[in-house]
Amino acid sequence: MSIIDRPTSTGPRYGALGTSPTRPDGIAKVQGTFEFSSDISAAGCLFGATLRSPHPHARIVSIDLAAAWKIDGVQAIVTADDVPGQLTYGLISQDQPVFASEVVRYVGEPVAALAADDPEVARRALDAIEVTYEVLPPLLDPELAVRGDFDPIHPDGNVIRHQQIVHGDPDATGAIVVEGTYEIGMQDQAFLGLEAALAIPDPGGKGIEMHVATQWLHEDRQQIAACLGFKEDDVRLVLGGVGGAFGAREDISLQVHCSLLALRVNRPVRMAYSRAESFLGHVHRHPATIWMRHHANADGSIVKIESRMVFDGGAYASTSSAVLINAITLAQGPYRCANAVVDGWAVRTNHLPCGAMRGFGAVQACFAYESQMDKLAAACGVGPLDIRLLNAMATGDVLITGQPVLNVAPVQECLRETDALPLPDEPVGGHARSDGSVDAMKLPGGAGRTADAGDIVRGIGWGVSIKNLMYSESFDDYATARCRIEDGPDGPTVFLKFATAEVGQGFVTLAPQIARSVLGIDRVELDQIDTQVGSAGSTSASRQTWMSGGAVNAACELVRALIFEHVAAVHGFSTSGLFIDQTDVVDPTTGRRIDVAEACAEVSFDETAVYRHPETSEIDENGQGNCHTAFAFVAHRAVVDVDPQLGLVKVVQIATAQDVGVALNPLSVMGQIEGGIAQGLGMAVMEEIIQIDGVIRNGNFTDYLLPTFLDMPPVVATLIEQPDPLAPLGAKGVGEPPCISSTPAIVAAIRDALAQAGIDAPLDRVPVRPGDICL
Amino acid sequence: MSNEIFTLHVNGEAHQVRDSWLGENLMDVLRDRLGLMGSKGACEQGECGSCSVLVDGHLVCSCLVMAASAVGQQVVTIEGVAPVGSPSDVQQAFVEFGAVQCGFCTPGLIMAVHDLLERTPDPGDTEIREELAGNICRCTGYGRIIDAVQQVAVARRTDRSGA
Repeated sequence: MSIIDRPTSTGPRYGALGTSPTRPDGIAKVQGTFEFSSDISAAGCLFGATLRSPHPHARIVSIDLAAAWKIDGVQAIVTADDVPGQLTYGLISQDQPVFASEVVRYVGEPVAALAADDPEVARRALDAIEVTYEVLPPLLDPELAVRGDFDPIHPDGNVIRHQQIVHGDPDATGAIVVEGTYEIGMQDQAFLGLEAALAIPDPGGKGIEMHVATQWLHEDRQQIAACLGFKEDDVRLVLGGVGGAFGAREDISLQVHCSLLALRVNRPVRMAYSRAESFLGHVHRHPATIWMRHHANADGSIVKIESRMVFDGGAYASTSSAVLINAITLAQGPYRCANAVVDGWAVRTNHLPCGAMRGFGAVQACFAYESQMDKLAAACGVGPLDIRLLNAMATGDVLITGQPVLNVAPVQECLRETDALPLPDEPVGGHARSDGSVDAMKLPGGAGRTADAGDIVRGIGWGVSIKNLMYSESFDDYATARCRIEDGPDGPTVFLKFATAEVGQGFVTLAPQIARSVLGIDRVELDQIDTQVGSAGSTSASRQTWMSGGAVNAACELVRALIFEHVAAVHGFSTSGLFIDQTDVVDPTTGRRIDVAEACAEVSFDETAVYRHPETSEIDENGQGNCHTAFAFVAHRAVVDVDPQLGLVKVVQIATAQDVGVALNPLSVMGQIEGGIAQGLGMAVMEEIIQIDGVIRNGNFTDYLLPTFLDMPPVVATLIEQPDPLAPLGAKGVGEPPCISSTPAIVAAIRDALAQAGIDAPLDRVPVRPGDICL
Repeated sequence: MSNEIFTLHVNGEAHQVRDSWLGENLMDVLRDRLGLMGSKGACEQGECGSCSVLVDGHLVCSCLVMAASAVGQQVVTIEGVAPVGSPSDVQQAFVEFGAVQCGFCTPGLIMAVHDLLERTPDPGDTEIREELAGNICRCTGYGRIIDAVQQVAVARRTDRSGA
């Protein structure tokens, strides 16, 4: 497919919806002048640093600050005793202390923070704080929490949420039964731009301004204000340049610490995490253990699913309860299923806290149900594509929660279009050179030349997934946007204002496209992204194109109505029937066209709109209820080369067809698809945070392996464009689906290769390690 | 040694470095002492390439180089690639072909791609991947970056044959 749009005379004009204009921040980013949160400083600012627990579970006996205070350059030290407002914070339940006071519950939990004249002084001063701990036995096995076999490690108890789903006939059975137990490791978001913020106290200390990289300015503000004992209006947040997010910036990290220090010294304070600290300072993807059993008829049609899911939430709740609900309510995958019995647990342990990461519960469930689908296909004697086509859900089908799928649901189209994409044209190792040799770089293991081409086996695997879009369970995640038109010497300009966190996904490109299409004015400027406008909700759950896009669209439509009134009054048209075509207001009665820029000369308009999706409901004790807002689907086909003896894998190609509704910016959509697949590949064969006895062992980029240029294969993609009538712009969110089913597709391809080599390896755990293949 | 001065030649200009300590790495000196914030720090151990600069023509991770060891050498940073507002062909291609999302890895990648195309004007797909494998991008999955690099190589080839 052609990714790059050029201006054409027939299609949408360049810069409008459906084209791929360049990012407004693109030139600054390639020239190094774009200001990330870690680049922001202020005259006379101090540098903050955080003291963290070395123990997964311990009682704090005493904290002695005397030696730290003696270090020249230390200006402030704060502990739990210095928190003026609420002592705890958190996204869903406020169960996480700003600073640990009596007990520490994970390695890396903040105990104190200080500010000094220089970052090196700050780091040295941390070492001088003497904390005496009484080490306690840690809770590290989630099953102990499920069974109630460990004393509560938190006043809220060790079970964060327990929810079952019972749907249809719980006793239904099928002629074919397949089951398995699957494990998903802890993945890190590994955004490149480390956590950083600048806090600037108001004169007199009655308020504070914070520049910070986050996913949701207003949620941060609410939590910061509560802990500082301020009114929300006294806390102003400005989005610092965000170097990626992927869920890790949904919870606050250093925001309250940095604010407390700035208020204490009445000077600006800057905090910036190192990579090692970042691994401790944000939540991760939940490790999970999922048992699943499918009952099917002899032809392979699913009769019932049963599942038990245990999610390790780590020390604090974060979004664990919502992650769990995604996992259990999407346990059937994108397949029809009339009967279900699912039991889900999200529990507390003394591991690193877990919360949001791209895919949010759907990732864990998908690895289990897609592994099951291949088992089912084998048991029924049909192919992996056929079993999926046979069971694929469609619009109108009812989920195991009793909720009907009202969105377009082109699951079969995703499968068929993926299947139609060409397989790699190169054989194992690439086309042979004239001397008969092959390029070692194209073999598993790469430059080390550890594999012989003759030993390599190629496999193909499938993955398909369903993802809920927007927030669920009655949450009102509305979005706000303001649109105004001001005339100027160069003609009228549209100014858009919103609090939507731009984390790299490209909303700053999309929002002007919406304005150009709705208003017919090409000059669009973006105001600063901050809390001086209503909330936009979080940049997560694949929701901003739909939600903030809906709000920008609504605000622009309000302004367009004012333009129509103005044009009608000036030219004697009726307002009814006026429309915008390209850059003209058109009166269908007379056929007259008025250039919008001309129509807006010497006038100004200013409107603010709030967009809300239809209400969702809670689920009952049997997990029944219309808890989700909307759904998107995607299929992936992976081709891998495997060295069965050495356990090495090279992913050769990923083919995908994704249900996008409408591609409002095809280049951005492709970027989300490829980027998401890279993270799915990481989950499949590379990425895992290792904790031993509650201590992280690989919190750095040398030992936590991220996909590089050499690990990431070419992606061939088809966009399934069926506009969703329920979406304000017809477009679905596209961020999460690529990373969900790419993981099981890759693992299925490895299993396929091994089967051809006569090896029956279950590969029921991700990431797949060499030893899982060859030992 | 506090307050001692040494001189670094960065982007063709001599810069006096004050208040640095002897072991301070080049990335921190560029950013915190000289105010050249274009080089980014993401891993602090030479794994991600975000802080890539040229030292006497060699592409290095500035987080792994002692600043003092670059005395007497020519350092080129992202700020030295092209004047602000007049992007290079590589920079322009990154923007046009969707190679930029969050942009944190981008300055380092721009340095690496310029270096690659100087040494290898017509890189194949595998060469591009191997040469840039020291630069991690978490957003793009690399596809649009490879596209941008190939587009620049083609455009330069066209320029050469047309000249």
